[in-house]
Amino acid sequence: MNLLVCISKTPETTAKIAFKDENSSFDTDGVQFIMNPYDEWYALVRALELKEQHGGKVIAINVGDSSNDPVIRKALAIGADEAVRVDIEATSSFFVAKQVAEYAKSNDIDIVFTGKETIDYNGAEVGGMIAEMLEQPYFSFASHMDHDGSTATVTRDIEGGVEVAEINGKFVISAAKGLAEQRIPNMRGIMMAKRKPLNVIPAVEAEGNVKVLSYELPPVKGGITMVDADDMDKLVKLLHEEAKVL
Amino acid sequence: MKNTQLKNPTIKGGYFIIGDTPPEELFIAEEFDEEAIMMGDTVREFCVKEIQEPFFKCGKELVVTNEADKAEVLAILKRAGDLGLCGVSISEENGGMDLDFKTNTLISSKLSYGFSFATTLGAQTSIGCLPIVYYGNEEQKQKYLPKIASAEYVAAYALTEPNAGSDANSGKTNARLSEDGKYYLINGQKIWITNGGFADVYIVFAKIDTDEKLSAFIVERTFEGFSVGAEEKKFGIKGSSTVQIFFDNCKVPVENLLGEQQGGFKMALTILNGGRIKAGAGAIGGAINGLDRAVQYAKERKQFKVPISSFGAIQYKIGDIAMRIFANQAACFRTADLIDKKYNSLRSSGLSDGSAKIKAISEFAIEASIVKVKGSELVCYALDEAMQIHGGMGYSSETGLGMGYRDARITKIYEGTNDINALLAVAELSKRGMLTKELDLVGAGKKIPTFLLSQINPFRSKSNDKEQDRIVKGLKYSFLYISGMAGKKLKKKLIDEQEIILNLSTILQEAYVGETALLKVQKLRGLPDSDKNKLAIQKQMVQLYLYEALEKSKKAALEAIASFSTGSEKWRHIKIINRMLKPYDINPKTLRRNIAQALIESGEYVY
Ligand SMILES: Cc1cc2nc3c(=O)[nH]c(=O)nc-3n(C[C@H](O)[C@H](O)[C@H](O)COP(=O)(O)OP(=O)(O)OC[C@H]3O[C@@H](n4cnc5c(N)ncnc54)[C@H](O)[C@@H]3O)c2cc1C
Repeated sequence: MNLLVCISKTPETTAKIAFKDENSSFDTDGVQFIMNPYDEWYALVRALELKEQHGGKVIAINVGDSSNDPVIRKALAIGADEAVRVDIEATSSFFVAKQVAEYAKSNDIDIVFTGKETIDYNGAEVGGMIAEMLEQPYFSFASHMDHDGSTATVTRDIEGGVEVAEINGKFVISAAKGLAEQRIPNMRGIMMAKRKPLNVIPAVEAEGNVKVLSYELPPVKGGITMVDADDMDKLVKLLHEEAKVL
Repeated sequence: MKNTQLKNPTIKGGYFIIGDTPPEELFIAEEFDEEAIMMGDTVREFCVKEIQEPFFKCGKELVVTNEADKAEVLAILKRAGDLGLCGVSISEENGGMDLDFKTNTLISSKLSYGFSFATTLGAQTSIGCLPIVYYGNEEQKQKYLPKIASAEYVAAYALTEPNAGSDANSGKTNARLSEDGKYYLINGQKIWITNGGFADVYIVFAKIDTDEKLSAFIVERTFEGFSVGAEEKKFGIKGSSTVQIFFDNCKVPVENLLGEQQGGFKMALTILNGGRIKAGAGAIGGAINGLDRAVQYAKERKQFKVPISSFGAIQYKIGDIAMRIFANQAACFRTADLIDKKYNSLRSSGLSDGSAKIKAISEFAIEASIVKVKGSELVCYALDEAMQIHGGMGYSSETGLGMGYRDARITKIYEGTNDINALLAVAELSKRGMLTKELDLVGAGKKIPTFLLSQINPFRSKSNDKEQDRIVKGLKYSFLYISGMAGKKLKKKLIDEQEIILNLSTILQEAYVGETALLKVQKLRGLPDSDKNKLAIQKQMVQLYLYEALEKSKKAALEAIASFSTGSEKWRHIKIINRMLKPYDINPKTLRRNIAQALIESGEYVY
């Protein structure tokens, strides 16, 4: 099985978020980056498990410049066999999906994995777009997958229960919590990472039709006012005058 | 301060006190490559997943009181083995990674996230296995190292005896050859043996017959006549096994003699020297851990309607700890890198791997003692203050600070007590100056008058660079001056005046750490991609460190002078020291505040 895992670089969860260029882009100054946890913990690890079960290879793919290489090599350290970096700035979901889909088409990929979303832009778009471009089925937010070599049984958590589906042939899947368990890269894997291929390929042309106009930080949370349970008048007054909900 | 006789002077143990190191030659943590950083991250992630989440974050303490606890610790150790963490110093052909010393030091610093498990893993990868790595023959290496690397075997190091602690060579444990010449029969007892409760192999030091010096043996748990005592009830590191072990005509095959007969004492010291740098790094890692938690808490906790992090008293603590971490961590990595450099140069001159490692580590015994003493003092101070910042919550078992505080305390006691290490640093330096003449201390001392002349100008230099430079020089010269004067006065009796030696040691320690901190900032200033915001804080940390180093050293110097001189002689010495260690005119309050505020903003130590 040829398994392609989309690897994205995201700011660390504690990073301070700021914008520049009149709030139209993210200010990366002083920000530490990590591999998107949904890609690393669930998508990549489930792909590795499938390979261990059925053979084949796991290829990690990223769209971006060489500053992404440390994150890509972490995927290699965790166990991917090889990696591909499409050497161009990732400008939109559509653009990224196009690059991945082109690669998947020309490299006989059986399953394309993405994380359910990246923890920075939370778009959750790339997987669906890739599937559309490949004309393949797409299963999003997968929390479980079994694969017998030809048919996959996949599960998605839904409100109050689960939804189970069966997929034959090639498909695209986005990984949610539960699909696998995080693997910490082992020392030998880390040493092997630099000996594994990291192929840098040129981008294909793709027109983005979405443009980000601006970003905005969420409003600062107000403080909490404690009101004595017996003092209903005060509560009503506050709700009326300060919260303005009554 | 130049010494032209030495070919590559800065790769020489103790050289820092007689000469200067160009900033470019200093290795700094920012230069760790991607691979080393990823390894450090692996260790940290492992500790969080295996120790912090299941234990500490559930308000539980890792312990080894009963068999089930022990099995749990062993299972964690086994998983560490699966990740390759037990083979970091073992060669690739024997199942390890053979990482260089500085990467090992980085790993030790990250291991502090595992609290007492750091001691367990440290004994496995350092004192319990390095004797075989450095001194073992091929058969011994092949037999034991792959199993230690995979954690199939747990390793321990048994030197201390009930009546032989600091005086390690005075042990009574004895070995004699059996009549058929096939075995050594060992009799005696060892105490405080880390990992002893579940180890499979023990490096045991004992004297053969009436030998003057120790020899080393590889003893397996299953050997006839070997037994293990009950777990010690300890103040801290309760998750690490510590026991006594007993030898009753214990039959050790002759091929398990490790290294040469009577080579054990030197071996024991070499192993401890290397261990001290990692212990120092681990301690500093613990200090970072404590500081980060204190900063987080201080930001969240409100009193008098404001976060307590806004109080000067709290900022004093945060700024002060951060500044010490910065300087001491730089000194740890500097020392580890010096060992790597020395090793590489010895290898290229044809020495075998084992011999080159032994020589390289022994070369930096002085620096190793310094970073061990300073690192352990720092972690105890940092955790004490982290607890203080938490107020009552700090004293609650829930926050785990009490555990950290107790765990930290051992670092001042093992791997040679801090007192012994502080004395050793000076003793080793004077040996190299006076006995082996490797270091030209006398020649360096001759430059004192020139330095003093340069310090006559009553107008303090306005250049901060010049000021910092003269402080570091002043620390070095005051060490040389006082050791010279005390030596002249007391001659051989100086060795019995431990108080004076400890005063000297204080100055020596501050000279090394202070110089390193300064070199680091000088180097960072010259690098094009240094983070400017960070550098602004790092510069202030150096100012504050040098200020503290100077004040502390001055007190030590004056105390030493008062201990060996009187009358006009004493006044002459005092005058000279006052000139060598002129006050550093900075505003420590503002510096601590600025450093603290940067930490409060970033939420963690990032320097
Ligand atoms: C939890 C724990 C784990 C340990 N693990 C190991 C291990 O795995 N293997 C092992 O072999 N050992 C181990 N040790 C032993 C440890 O290294 C010794 O405890 C230490 O070296 C001190 O020896 P001691 O306890 O006999 O103290 P002592 O030597 O009796 O020292 C008592 C005090 O006297 C001071 N002192 C002693 N001699 C001098 C002197 N010449 N000048 C000035 N002051 C002096 C000391 O600094 C100390 O303050 C461990 C100890 C503990 C507590």
